[in-house]
Formats: sequence, C-alpha cells, structure tokens
Amino acid sequence: MDIRVTNHSPLNIFIVDDDPDDQELLLEALELAGLTCSSSTFADGQELLDQLQDGELPDLILLDLNMPRVDGQTALDRIKSSARLRRIPVVVLTTSRSEADVDRCYELGANSFITKPRSFEDLLDLVETLGDYWTRVVRLPPH
Amino acid sequence: MNSNNRKPAYIIAVDDDPDDRDMIEMALSETKLPTRLELLQDGESLMQHLQDTTKPVPDMILLDINMPRMNGLEALAQIKQHPRLKTIPIVMLTTSKTQDDITRSYQLGCNSYISKPVLYETLVDLMNMLHQYWISTVEHPFIQKAIDEHLGAG
Repeated sequence: MDIRVTNHSPLNIFIVDDDPDDQELLLEALELAGLTCSSSTFADGQELLDQLQDGELPDLILLDLNMPRVDGQTALDRIKSSARLRRIPVVVLTTSRSEADVDRCYELGANSFITKPRSFEDLLDLVETLGDYWTRVVRLPPH
Repeated sequence: MNSNNRKPAYIIAVDDDPDDRDMIEMALSETKLPTRLELLQDGESLMQHLQDTTKPVPDMILLDINMPRMNGLEALAQIKQHPRLKTIPIVMLTTSKTQDDITRSYQLGCNSYISKPVLYETLVDLMNMLHQYWISTVEHPFIQKAIDEHLGAG
C-alpha cells in the first residue's frame, strides 16, 4: 500500500488501560505488527490527564473505558473539551460494546470506538488494521 | 470484528469535482465490497440531505474541503454540533495538505483526515482500507441504527 503519508515518525502512542495484562498484550501486538512507534502506558484516566497537562503530547491515544479514579469517558470528555488537546485522535478500545457506551463516546468526540477482541490472534489482526490506518493512511494533526 | 455488517455500508462522498466523484465511484465499485454510495457536490447539498429525516443516516461521510457554496469545514462544524448527526464518522478526503486545514479539521471534530491519492490504484487501495477500518472494525453509533430501523431503511 503506497498511500504512505509523511507523519512524523516514530509515532508516539499512549495506551490507557487499568489491566496490566491487557497493556502487555497490546504492547506485544503493536510490536508484532511491526509498527514504528514509541508507546507509553497509563493505568487510568487521571494518570493520562496529568501527563497531558504537563508532559509531551502523543500522536494517538488508545483509551479503555472502565478504569478506577478517572474513567475513560471522563478523560475523553476532558480531552475533547480542551482547545489545546482536542485535536489529538482518541480511539476508544474497550471490552464494552454497550449501546450507551458507543453512543456516548461518539457524542463526546471519540475518533473511533473499537471493541477489544477476546483472543490474542484477533487482537493482533486488530492492531495491524488499527496501526496501518492511523500510521500509514491518516494524516495526523501537527503538534 | 463488529456486528454492523448485516447490510451494505451506506457511504456519502462529497466533492465538487465531477471527475473526482467519478473516480471515487469507480474505485469503490472496483473493491467489490457491498456498499451503497451517494455522491453529493458541496456542503450545502450534504446538509440538505442529512436534514431530510426520511433519509437513512450514512455509515460514514467522505468530505472534501474546498468546495463552493458551503465548504467542507463549515459542513463539518455544523454536523459535529448537531445532536442527531454528530456521531456520524467523517473522514476528510481532500487534496489540501496544509497544516492549517489538518489542524482545523481535527479541532472541529473530524474522525480522521486523509490526503486524496493522485493515482487511481491508490484510491482503490484506500477504499479497501477505509472499508476495512470504518465498516468492518469500528463500532457504529447505535443511535443511527435505531433511526434507520425506525425508518425501515436498508
């Protein structure tokens, strides 16, 4: 596929998930998918918001919903209500596929909502599709 | 991956250039994917189409930026502020590569931004990837499904 856009590389991806096993699987899938990216992990929405307030900004955020302290929807709302942060693409990646969650996340401005597959094989396929799309097809906003 | 594949994906493409509209139509049909395409020529005709509540809500919109009457950024802003329409995935598909247009589009709430390929073969690849991501992978808002079912559309 030679759509190849000139995004600044390597891409900086933030993974927000309270389950260390899920974080680990996602990181492994990203590596196996051969994406040239650097990634940082956060255990909940509060950790993410703290980083976004003071630290380096990511190119893409993969956001779980059910997390302690600050959940994914609250974090999403804060990001998409902020003039400084709202341009950052947020992909909600969660085990939930409840109608209320999907609708609410799109209303809050999620760039996409994806249900996390159960098997590692399917997760690998998903990460490949996701990675291909956001790193090779889409033009990301400049920082 | 998701459960939205039960009927042809309904896609609206908005572009003022008739040649580009033809290319999009040809490229999409060349993918052989089950899709239903509606071609519109500017933001104003898009808004009229979407505001007609007898018409089904699209699964996604491909939106050019530079168009007469109402440009893509204005249409994007209106859709993303509209309570019934704001959840529709909007992919900007444009020749513009200016940082300003990219940033503005994301600020206004576009779901992603893609540069229009020059080569026809690349456009066919792109249509395949768009379908793979937006139709086969991503969950779609249920609000839209409910409206469509209410209309008995599809």
